[in-house]
Amino acid sequence: MATQATFRIWRGDPAGGQFQDYTTPVEEGMVVLDAVHRIQAQQANDLAVRWNCKAGKCGSCSAEINGTPKLMCMTRLSDINLEMPIILEPMHAFPPIRDLVTDVSWNFRAKMTIKQFKPRSPDAPDGTWRMQQADVERVQEFRKCIECFLCQDVCHVLREHHKHDEFIGPRLLVYAAALEMHPLDTEDRVSDLRKKHSIGYCNITTCCRQVCPESITITENAIIPLKERVVDRFFDPLKQLFHIL
Amino acid sequence: MPEFQRFSYDVLIIGAGGAGLRAAIEAAATGAKVGVVCKSLLGKAHTVMAEGGIAAALGNVDDRDSWRVHFADTMRGGQYLNNWRMAELHAKEAPECVRELEAWGALFDRTKDGRILQRNFGGHRYPRLAHVGDRTGLEMIRTLQDHGIHSGMEVHMECTVLSLLMDSGRVAGACGYDREKGRFYLWQAKAVVLATGGIGRAFKVTSNSWEYTGDGLALAYRFGAELQDMEFVQFHPTGMVWPISVRGILVTEGVRGEGGVLRNSEGRRFMFDDIPDLYKDQTADSEEEGWRYTQGDKNARRPPELLTRDHVARCINREVKAGRGSPHGGVFLDISWIKQHISKSEEHIKRKLPSMYHQFKQLADLDITKEPMEVGPTTHYMMGGIRVDGDSQMSNIPGLFAAGEAAAGLHGANRLGGNSLSDLVVFGRRAGRYAAEFAKANSATTIDDQQLQTTATAALAPFERGPSGENPYQIQYDLQDAMQDLVGIVRTEGEMEQALDKITELNQRAERIGITGNREYNNGWHTAIDVPNMMIVSEAVTHAAILRKESRGAQFREDFPNKDAEWGRYNIIVKQGAEGEMQIEKRPIAPMPEELKAVVQEMK
Repeated sequence: MATQATFRIWRGDPAGGQFQDYTTPVEEGMVVLDAVHRIQAQQANDLAVRWNCKAGKCGSCSAEINGTPKLMCMTRLSDINLEMPIILEPMHAFPPIRDLVTDVSWNFRAKMTIKQFKPRSPDAPDGTWRMQQADVERVQEFRKCIECFLCQDVCHVLREHHKHDEFIGPRLLVYAAALEMHPLDTEDRVSDLRKKHSIGYCNITTCCRQVCPESITITENAIIPLKERVVDRFFDPLKQLFHIL
Repeated sequence: MPEFQRFSYDVLIIGAGGAGLRAAIEAAATGAKVGVVCKSLLGKAHTVMAEGGIAAALGNVDDRDSWRVHFADTMRGGQYLNNWRMAELHAKEAPECVRELEAWGALFDRTKDGRILQRNFGGHRYPRLAHVGDRTGLEMIRTLQDHGIHSGMEVHMECTVLSLLMDSGRVAGACGYDREKGRFYLWQAKAVVLATGGIGRAFKVTSNSWEYTGDGLALAYRFGAELQDMEFVQFHPTGMVWPISVRGILVTEGVRGEGGVLRNSEGRRFMFDDIPDLYKDQTADSEEEGWRYTQGDKNARRPPELLTRDHVARCINREVKAGRGSPHGGVFLDISWIKQHISKSEEHIKRKLPSMYHQFKQLADLDITKEPMEVGPTTHYMMGGIRVDGDSQMSNIPGLFAAGEAAAGLHGANRLGGNSLSDLVVFGRRAGRYAAEFAKANSATTIDDQQLQTTATAALAPFERGPSGENPYQIQYDLQDAMQDLVGIVRTEGEMEQALDKITELNQRAERIGITGNREYNNGWHTAIDVPNMMIVSEAVTHAAILRKESRGAQFREDFPNKDAEWGRYNIIVKQGAEGEMQIEKRPIAPMPEELKAVVQEMK
């Protein structure tokens, strides 16, 4: 492994910015975030980076590493070609705040528009429910989400077409799926998914699924079943025929 | 005077982990106007990292369990220094708080008959931890977050709190700045709940996230709040030791709960060599009995790997020091061996411990279903914190409450795994309820503009000194080195005196911290503000550890290696004196009521 590596880091704010090169010693076992911390401590004290757990559990240190959305804490330097400068940029689908930090507050506002969990009445007199492990597991996959928003970053509806006002993006479709498929939930979100949340904008390119650090099968297990519910409700030709008759 | 954006609340919650969010939900449910200030984005607090589970005597897996057994286990684990009232309330209310999480959407793993599944954990007599694989903390914080955002609370994300504000002896709110722009904020309130978590970042090797800089403890201390049990810092026995950059990251106790065993370089299960008297009757005699216990045999006793964390950590430390460690300075933790007992063990391990499987695969290139892990102790949890009333969670400052890891009392000298997540919801709920009650019963507060001015000026001083001042990151590293080396898992008076000298020197350097850049999302500035908080808690830990001349729970003194019954009658209190000096005193523990004494006796 190389003993030195150069990181080409985007430095700037909403008004604009440019890439700046930092060369720093690297060692076996290091991840990208380690190198960023070293640069921050020794060369650029005011370098802005968002991070918390450094263990892939909180989803704070999302960035684009050589053009691919990744968690900096889970990207090992041994998996990157260190002969070339490593390019670090903030996520593109959200407004920049400073350096590697973006304004992801839209995700939190958009989540508020999804109807919250509404359980059925308890199954047992002591106020508890009975659920089978198999039924729970389906939803547990979605609840692994650490809200890193890398799927939102890579989604072309948000990234290229900036439909943040109409479309909730893969993360929040996974959230909606977790609620819709929750064994206890009684709320109906199908109409909202079609109209308010524009699930139809997703044309299942699976980019989101490919960048998910938790390996959630976003497209196939969450979005497509929700699309099927929407189609069932609003576009079933037989149902439409009965409706007309 | 710098401009402050002003907000006014009945109850202000500082911190948005499990305790803060639970407090906010409870306070908002009473109709109080609630503001939440947090250091990170919502849902990213350190609670996400909790793995093993939440302890509650639901009795779903073993119906012999009850609050009485849970209470006795917690007291035994805490070596009887616990606030017994908190241990009682915790054991009684935890089941209800777990069911509440389920009602808000949490999806715990299930028993065959569809109820919440519970797993074994160190120090708990029966399977007691409700869990979701090994990501229970994430499930809990997401449940509270998704429920909480619809409860009417206002959240100020990514804000640093600089100071509490006072109004004639009572708390009046807090002030700080937002990280994004560096603008000053004033959050006026009738009651404040500190739910700021622990202090792990004062040590070099820690499982804790960057947020754990003891902010709440330091904020409260500066205005006369009493800190308690500061000598008791829990070193979790199993953190990753390699690669070096991930050193300290937690390896859940769940690995041992599922049958994982500890071995030294000679292949010996060294935990069988040293079983404390207090636990002899509850510990397996043979490897075979230990295995049966992990697989749910009710007649088997637990393997010695599931003894309390302080003990396991010291045994590992001893093996490493004796030259029987693993290549990178830890010992071996092996779960792959269960293939001797279980067919398809690879799938079994991946299903039971998915995060651990990925963590080692991704960060260390190691497949835990095939090879043993290397593990060693890591700074994990602060038993000490702000001294509070057991029922209401109010500190000695009127209107100032504390809950979760920031509060002391429940865990005494040592915390049992799983008792932290239950602590968050049980006492978060109580703090929220009593803070709202306090707000209702008391008039509005007045803000002292002079105090705002002074706080703002001090916060901006590092910019004045600029790049010629001391580097805040370097001071933080130096403090972490000192605490790790001198006030760590094995302590002596001489080393701790050296630590105090080092802290004095670092305090002088910290007064000269200088930073570059501007106020917008400047991590250097954030660190400059964190450092003084870490200094206060480090000094408090060291003073308390020097005063307690015995070994008990998480505190191990090489110069006083035995437990001393006399010391078992006292907590140590740390507070600020009139001249700003740190005062340390012994305070007798209130006698336990007869009915609780009877429970402890009965469960012996």
